[in-house]
Amino acid sequence: MNTDTHAAHADDHHHDDGHAQSTFSGYMLGFVLSVVLTAIPFWLVMSGTLPSRQITALVIMAFAVVQIVVHMIYFLHMSPKSENGWSMMALIFTIVMVVIALSGSLWVMNHLNSNMMPIHEMTGMK
Amino acid sequence: MTVAVNPSQTGEPVFYLADEHPHPEGYSTSLGFWIYLMSDCLIFAMLFAAFGVLGANYAAGPAPKDLFDLNLVAVNTSMLLLSSITYGFAMLTMQQNKIAQTQMWLAITGLFGVAFISIELTEFAHMIHEGATPQRSAFLSSFFTLVGTHGLHVSCGLIWLVTLMVQVWRFGLIEANRRRLMCLSMFWHFLDVVWIGVFTFVYLLGVLR
Repeated sequence: MNTDTHAAHADDHHHDDGHAQSTFSGYMLGFVLSVVLTAIPFWLVMSGTLPSRQITALVIMAFAVVQIVVHMIYFLHMSPKSENGWSMMALIFTIVMVVIALSGSLWVMNHLNSNMMPIHEMTGMK
Repeated sequence: MTVAVNPSQTGEPVFYLADEHPHPEGYSTSLGFWIYLMSDCLIFAMLFAAFGVLGANYAAGPAPKDLFDLNLVAVNTSMLLLSSITYGFAMLTMQQNKIAQTQMWLAITGLFGVAFISIELTEFAHMIHEGATPQRSAFLSSFFTLVGTHGLHVSCGLIWLVTLMVQVWRFGLIEANRRRLMCLSMFWHFLDVVWIGVFTFVYLLGVLR
């Protein structure tokens, strides 16, 4: 074991960990995309262009998801290859946890709300 | 990693990691920091869940429509977006070893961050002045907790940014400082990602409701 091979080895790792790929055009493309993806939802809500609130809500949530992906790729430099795939594994695990926790909380608490005794019946009770 | 099995003198197999070799300092920092960010993401997910559950409980108090000024939120969002791209420029100039330009872009990022925090604090002060305090309703409690936690993260990021600027000023763009700047870059862009969730689910959907 000599130190030269370690240094070379470490260098190899450094080149394929995905952080070296940040470029001016990458950042600019990400920035322009995120400005567009921010401006459209604000405009939709502030002008009320779409016919119903439900449609507007769905559209702006879709824009948020796309913008999060854009930020992940162009600003956080996520790729399936970075850190030999371990960052992606951690990200996927987190997304699974977040989806379970968020959808579970909202679902359970929504059912709880709709199964509660209505207020007007409660006021008559002594 | 490969596991090799070697027969020892007693004939018992010995298991050890054949690929064990020392890694350079900071070899695993970016993965470790990424895992920290993912755990931070879980904190924000829980706060979003609390807001999702409680966000419509106004207790006969003010609703998002009465409180939020979307023009101000749009300005605030653009401050954070601009700070993201200027931090990107700081990283690019760092890669080219230009210390003065790196410091300049870091300073501009810091100014945008300060502008973001100032606008947010002005908004909070205005709401509290109108009686929309965290104690007023479950909606306001969860709102202040979620947005306040994000603001606290940005404030910590600003302290970190100033610390790193002093580090770069004193020691230059040495390997350790590059690694620290990369971690702050991930932290800063991560906060921007969380803010996408905040402005969509708290402000825009709140005003729609």
